Amino acid sequence: MLHIKCPHCGMRSQNEFSYGGDATVKRPELNKEISDQEWDNFVYNRKSLRGKHLELWQHLSGCRQWIKVERDTATHEIFKTLKANEDI
Amino acid sequence: MTQDFRLDTVGLINRDKKLSFIFNGNNYFGYEGDTLASALLANGVHLIGRSFKYHRPRGFFGAGVDEPYAVVQLYRNNETEPNVKATEQELFEGLEAKSVNCWPSVNFDIGAINNFLKVFLPAGFYYKTFMWPKSFWYKVYEPFIRKAAGLGVASTKHDKERYEHKYEYCDLLIAGSGPAGLASAYAAAKNGARVILAEDKPRYGGTLLTSEVNIGNQTGKEWSENIITELKEMPNVTVRNRSQVFGYYDHNMLVMLEKISDHLPKTKKYHPKQRLWYIRAKEVLISSGSIERPLVFGNNDTPGVMLSSAAKEYLKVYGVLVGKKPLIFTNNDSGYETAIEFKKNGVEPIILDTRKEPNSETIEEAKNLGIQIKLSYVVVAAKGYKKVDSAEIAKISDNKNNLGALENINCDCICVSGFWTPTIHLASQSGNKTKFDKNIDAFVPGVSKQNETTLGAANGKFTLEETLKDSFDAGYELSKKITKNENKILCPKVVEKKKTTHDKFWCVPLPKGKTYKRFLDFQNDVAVSDVEIAVKEGYRSIEHVKRYTTLGMATDQGKTSNLNGLQLVSNIENKIVPEVGHTTFRPPYTPVTIGAIVGREVGKHSRPTRKSPIHYWHEKNNAVFVDAGVWLRPRYYKRGNETLFEGSKREAKNVRTNVGVCDVTTLGKIDIKGPDAAELLNRVYTNAWLKLPVGKARYGVMLREDGIVMDDGTTTRISENHYHMTTTTAQAANVLSHLEYYLQVVWPELNVNVVSTTEQWAGVAIAGPKSRDLLKKLFPKIDVSNEGLPFMGYLEGELFGVHARIFRISFSGELAYEVNVESDNGSFMWEKIMELGKNFEIQPYGTEALSTLRIEMGHVAGSELDGRTIPYDNSLEGMISKKKDFIGKRSLNRKAFVAKDRQKVVGVIPLDKKTSIPEGSHLVKDKNAQLPNPKLGYISASCWSVEFDNPFSLAILKDGKNMIGQKLFAMSPLKNKTIAVEIVSSHYVDPKGERVRS
Ligand SMILES: [Zn+2]
Repeated sequence: MLHIKCPHCGMRSQNEFSYGGDATVKRPELNKEISDQEWDNFVYNRKSLRGKHLELWQHLSGCRQWIKVERDTATHEIFKTLKANEDI
Repeated sequence: MTQDFRLDTVGLINRDKKLSFIFNGNNYFGYEGDTLASALLANGVHLIGRSFKYHRPRGFFGAGVDEPYAVVQLYRNNETEPNVKATEQELFEGLEAKSVNCWPSVNFDIGAINNFLKVFLPAGFYYKTFMWPKSFWYKVYEPFIRKAAGLGVASTKHDKERYEHKYEYCDLLIAGSGPAGLASAYAAAKNGARVILAEDKPRYGGTLLTSEVNIGNQTGKEWSENIITELKEMPNVTVRNRSQVFGYYDHNMLVMLEKISDHLPKTKKYHPKQRLWYIRAKEVLISSGSIERPLVFGNNDTPGVMLSSAAKEYLKVYGVLVGKKPLIFTNNDSGYETAIEFKKNGVEPIILDTRKEPNSETIEEAKNLGIQIKLSYVVVAAKGYKKVDSAEIAKISDNKNNLGALENINCDCICVSGFWTPTIHLASQSGNKTKFDKNIDAFVPGVSKQNETTLGAANGKFTLEETLKDSFDAGYELSKKITKNENKILCPKVVEKKKTTHDKFWCVPLPKGKTYKRFLDFQNDVAVSDVEIAVKEGYRSIEHVKRYTTLGMATDQGKTSNLNGLQLVSNIENKIVPEVGHTTFRPPYTPVTIGAIVGREVGKHSRPTRKSPIHYWHEKNNAVFVDAGVWLRPRYYKRGNETLFEGSKREAKNVRTNVGVCDVTTLGKIDIKGPDAAELLNRVYTNAWLKLPVGKARYGVMLREDGIVMDDGTTTRISENHYHMTTTTAQAANVLSHLEYYLQVVWPELNVNVVSTTEQWAGVAIAGPKSRDLLKKLFPKIDVSNEGLPFMGYLEGELFGVHARIFRISFSGELAYEVNVESDNGSFMWEKIMELGKNFEIQPYGTEALSTLRIEMGHVAGSELDGRTIPYDNSLEGMISKKKDFIGKRSLNRKAFVAKDRQKVVGVIPLDKKTSIPEGSHLVKDKNAQLPNPKLGYISASCWSVEFDNPFSLAILKDGKNMIGQKLFAMSPLKNKTIAVEIVSSHYVDPKGERVRS
């Protein structure tokens, strides 16, 4: 079980969090004309990275904040955690 | 009564307390402090079971966790447990155990015929045999295998024992209380660290209990007892025996199984049987010791052949002689230590040493005691069927390839020592890349991956002096890192006998013309020849050899067999062991009961049960409950002997004719506040929200980004910047997370707050033509006329002094209202409604009637909004704004979503107007078509229409829009039904929706 440092609450066990996927994916702006390919990339296409990955987690059973976690997908090492509005 | 093989004074058992027990129907006795194994051996019982494949007689091989043979079926307190290791099970008064793998009995075993057929049961026999002919599997092979093979039998009864989970944090977790564990725990604890010390056996001290050493002028045993006593008194130390750290997971999370009651005849009141500890440690010290390796020779699985360390432990700890004419077969000095203990207790051992000219203090002592030693000698084969009665031995050439003349020697046990294998399981589980140490012919931990340090024998350090020095240092240094204290304890002086190097030789060649089986894996009956065949057949990877031969795959996970297996593969392939590599170590290190893993989360404790504040009224009024997610909801209120079908029909009918009341507290409720609240709703829902006036509700549908409908519900504007959103019961939690995601991550600029208020409000639906009349009685001071409270209107008022929110919304399709009051007033509201509703013939209705009402109205719900449908499929395309963007809109023009023959919700009626259509039935054109019959759609929900008094279903049907009036078949292979049906509009009742506006 991972040990994740919530930037709001401190070190907590993984079972308080839920996973939210790739944090680097940006939602296209509303009302903006975009190609099918761009939309598909946003909705469906994800890289299955081995190594450092910036991802979203929600501290579901804690402060309910969405946070960013920089994690190694192979070793589970966590390098950094950030608030949702912070950039690495 | 005396026991033939028990010494009078030696050992740590309590001779004042006799315990009687039953094994295979025979009565025996042992002493407090015995294991089942030591008590049986004291009684001279060596035959404990039969092997898995060949059903060969099985005895005891080890004295603890490494035991490959002695698994038994245990009976305790009217319960039974399979696959208990007799070497680990402590004796208690009245213990009962039986052999496994024996049919019909341990002494006469039909499966032993496999032993004579062994030529037909080589490596991979499971893959090669029992495959053809296919029809034989069910009738012949499976019943035979089930009866003759397999280990113990699981209980079919509900386990009444209690298992607990515990979460713990510490600075240092120390696994194993041998010299390394005790020294490091003591050093760290004295330096102020919070320490957990875990020992899997009942007694602390590990090898100190059996070895002749001195630490600081005390015997090893005395020293260990004093250290433990002191540790137990320290407030920063937790010491646990009978506790096995079996798994090392990510981020220094370890899991430990504490057996609290297994050693007692019966679990004490309020005590758990076992406790599972989840321990998050800053540092982990692995002091798990090492396991002796077998030497491999002919018939080395015969009862009476066992590890020399086990023989020593039985003698020193339990005062039990495993034999009176022991043969010690060794390639290192450890065998001598066992021989010395025998000799000191009046038994004459004979040592066979594979080495030519070994010399050390230990060997010197054996010589001085007058023990007979035969150098460059090997055991070729054990003799005897159910017990060793002699051995075939021979001199071996210096190159170890040639055997001299075979000699027979009398003996009643053979104690083997093939040197030591460090127990590296935990280190390996942590991610440590282990390395091969040529000096000890075994793997040791390499560079640490997590915060783990391996000490002592587990780290390949086999002298006590080195172990204690390393462990005192590690305990101090690691604790200093955490506590910053510098209180250092000096390592005491150690006296131990020196040993010399071991012989790398471990597998005795077969003499010419002999076909003895030489076993590597004793539990799964894997012999040298099996591995040879596997390699010959082309298996190279050790992982493949393992699976093909099943080497190391039994319940002991190859603790005694893995390394010899590796050595053999590398010998055959002329490689060295590190190139072959070892198989992956995975948790658990020892078998863990399912009960312990599940813990308290069984039965109704497996998840929380949520009840509405009106629950107790429902209970008192004969509600039959149904699980709705974690909620308990009334399904119907049973009158007399009514069935679900009859009751729900009565309730639904009453809503259509009079008035009904339904507890809708379980609906998700989200309070939305802030100047940008309307903007958020406008982006989340598919329809327009910016112009909703205060005091009005609106129905909304929300999508996922991929265009699939996520949820629906109504949202009401309470005041300028305040909205009340409702969600379905099932999606309440997901919708809240969804909103939080967009507010926190995607559009943080929106000034809105959302919070769940599901539990703050009790809600009821009042539905039916007489609902307005009832409302007037409930709120006499408020204008609830069609003008005062029009469809989708909202008012606040006082319900007999209680603040209430009144919504004119309808799920049933009837004139209907929903009233919310604060949860504490829920019961009061309900009782008032029932009381005042009497005059209008009110009846409560449950979820079954609720479903009936919405289905015949063609209102989609969870069974249609199932995570696979888009708005069009649910005839919700009218809800989609063309003018604005919203979550998921861009996906709606995907090719499949706009296809001309896109699926759509329709109504379905059986042609006979009698046969109910099972939910999940497929709709097909031709009932006799060849399989697989092309599926046009599926029945999503079925009910008995109370309006028309015939069955009615909803279906999602391909090209549903153009299928109205078509005749199809609904087929349910599960229910074995084929029903001729007609497709009709999904809006079966009140298609124009006039009632809700009336
Ligand atoms: Zn938090």
